[in-house]
Amino acid sequence: MRTAFLNELFELAKQNPRIVFMTGDLGFSVVEKFMQELPKQFINAGVAEQNMTGMAAGMAMSGKIVFTYSIANFPTLRCLEQIRNDLCYHQANVKIVSVGGGFAYGSLGATHHATEDLGVMRMLPGITVIAPGDPMEARCATRAVVEHVGPCYLRLGKAGEPEVHKGKIDFKIGKAVCFRDGADLTLISTGSFLQTAAKVADALAGQGIEARVLSMHTLKPLDTESVLTAARETGALFTLEEHSIIGGLGSAVAEVLAENEESHRLFRRIGLPPVFSPHIGTQEYMLKQHGLDPQSIVESVLKLLRTSEGSRAPLASAH
Amino acid sequence: MEHRPNLPVGELAYRIRRHCIEMTSRANASHIGSSLSMADMLAVLYAKVLRFDPEQPHWEQRDRFLLSKGHGCAALYSVLAECGFFPVSDLETFCQNGSPYAGHTMHNIPGVELSSGSLGHGLPVATGMALAAKRDGDTHHVFCMLSDGECDEGSVWEAALFAPHHKLDNLVVLVDYNKIQSLGRVEDVVNLDPLAEKWRAFGWDAREINGHDLAAIENALTEAPFVLGRPSCIVAHTVKGKGVSYMEDKLLWHYRAPRGQDFEIALAELERTR
Repeated sequence: MRTAFLNELFELAKQNPRIVFMTGDLGFSVVEKFMQELPKQFINAGVAEQNMTGMAAGMAMSGKIVFTYSIANFPTLRCLEQIRNDLCYHQANVKIVSVGGGFAYGSLGATHHATEDLGVMRMLPGITVIAPGDPMEARCATRAVVEHVGPCYLRLGKAGEPEVHKGKIDFKIGKAVCFRDGADLTLISTGSFLQTAAKVADALAGQGIEARVLSMHTLKPLDTESVLTAARETGALFTLEEHSIIGGLGSAVAEVLAENEESHRLFRRIGLPPVFSPHIGTQEYMLKQHGLDPQSIVESVLKLLRTSEGSRAPLASAH
Repeated sequence: MEHRPNLPVGELAYRIRRHCIEMTSRANASHIGSSLSMADMLAVLYAKVLRFDPEQPHWEQRDRFLLSKGHGCAALYSVLAECGFFPVSDLETFCQNGSPYAGHTMHNIPGVELSSGSLGHGLPVATGMALAAKRDGDTHHVFCMLSDGECDEGSVWEAALFAPHHKLDNLVVLVDYNKIQSLGRVEDVVNLDPLAEKWRAFGWDAREINGHDLAAIENALTEAPFVLGRPSCIVAHTVKGKGVSYMEDKLLWHYRAPRGQDFEIALAELERTR
């Protein structure tokens, strides 16, 4: 996903000299082409995210379309007030990019686990929050945020995620992509959990349960229409995210369902508990430890469907 | 495309101070001391240095002035009003319910580049503006006014490292070094001295001036960049509350508004030195 983003941005930047790529001294072996071939549009701000974000605002106020780039929590939480005041309040045309959402850097420890970023960013006024589901969505999102005027947050995975979408997609900010239709329940995923949602849907189909899969690449503004349609048409909704169950996709969908009269018989947030993970390890290992591997999710969903009158506890705390 | 107020700079400084006294008194607002300490620098900037056009606040070739110490905004609003960005009568609404003129700078006000108020934000934004100008071959300058207490913020020094590395000689910092911050004297809270040396060590060309000497301010500002290829820093030694004897060098006037007899004395003192 990182590669898809960088390649797409490089091509866009060649056509549009207003695009500036600013990194917080990260991106070894992947940003060099941009640095060498478009030096006037490249800036290494050093290990100084507050200054990077403030400078990005200043450049945007001078007509640039600025991308700030770093990993995990560095481009978001480290410089949160710069994002709030300098970017959001001034509606500066800056796109914050974080590589390594969730447990992409799982083995590096909790400082590198980006598991609250979507919730924190979503709360800020005037920012668009996007977590693409696969490399194709990442390419589309890159183009979309360049065209969108105003601050955006783009949460990317790391590298090597498979293309989940097989054909062309109709990508619009604020509009979910229906990856698979189904009438029995809906899996709403964000970010690279699209892949997980697709696997879960396949496994459920083997049990005769047809799941709709919505790739909710935009958390803000949320596609409430797709959520409410899914509630009405499928009755059971599960949100899937590599993020705390507080503040992210699960919360966003819960807010919509709670304030609407649409009937749904079952809704659960599937995500991470709001704690520092006691584990370190590969992304796959970390997700399994938290019951977020496809097989565990399938088992949880089946159990909930069987006992949908049972516990209302969120799934995260069940593991 | 340019506009300058048709006033002697001393008269402009007087008017800024008088407006600030009236505004903070009417609104019972804080920060009069911080406004008065930089009034002379604002007067010189707007009367002698900055290129701007109040008819076109977003004129692309304008010099940028960012008041990073946004709590001194009464002085900035005053000079902008005197320069014709908006009616002087607007100042009467300062800090009143529903007014756009808040107690920290607001970017929706004509002539205000940045909403500040949280310290340590202005210099990074100014640095980005200076960098964009360099990359685009633009010739305007970017000026940024910091408070001394603000120099406690790490983000100031992140930008201070970056700007010389990129040879941003179109960037000028003014530090309103009035020696008093929120809870006490700077030397007692977190000592900054030797302040100019710190900027030099970061790669800036720094000068120290008396921030109330109009000629010295003008000389420093018009000579910047002091060295080609380097950003410039003017450490301006100032007096908090300058111009009103009972406010001068007093922490209390970071907070208290001049009302009643205090108000009358302040205006009378300003008038005597007009």
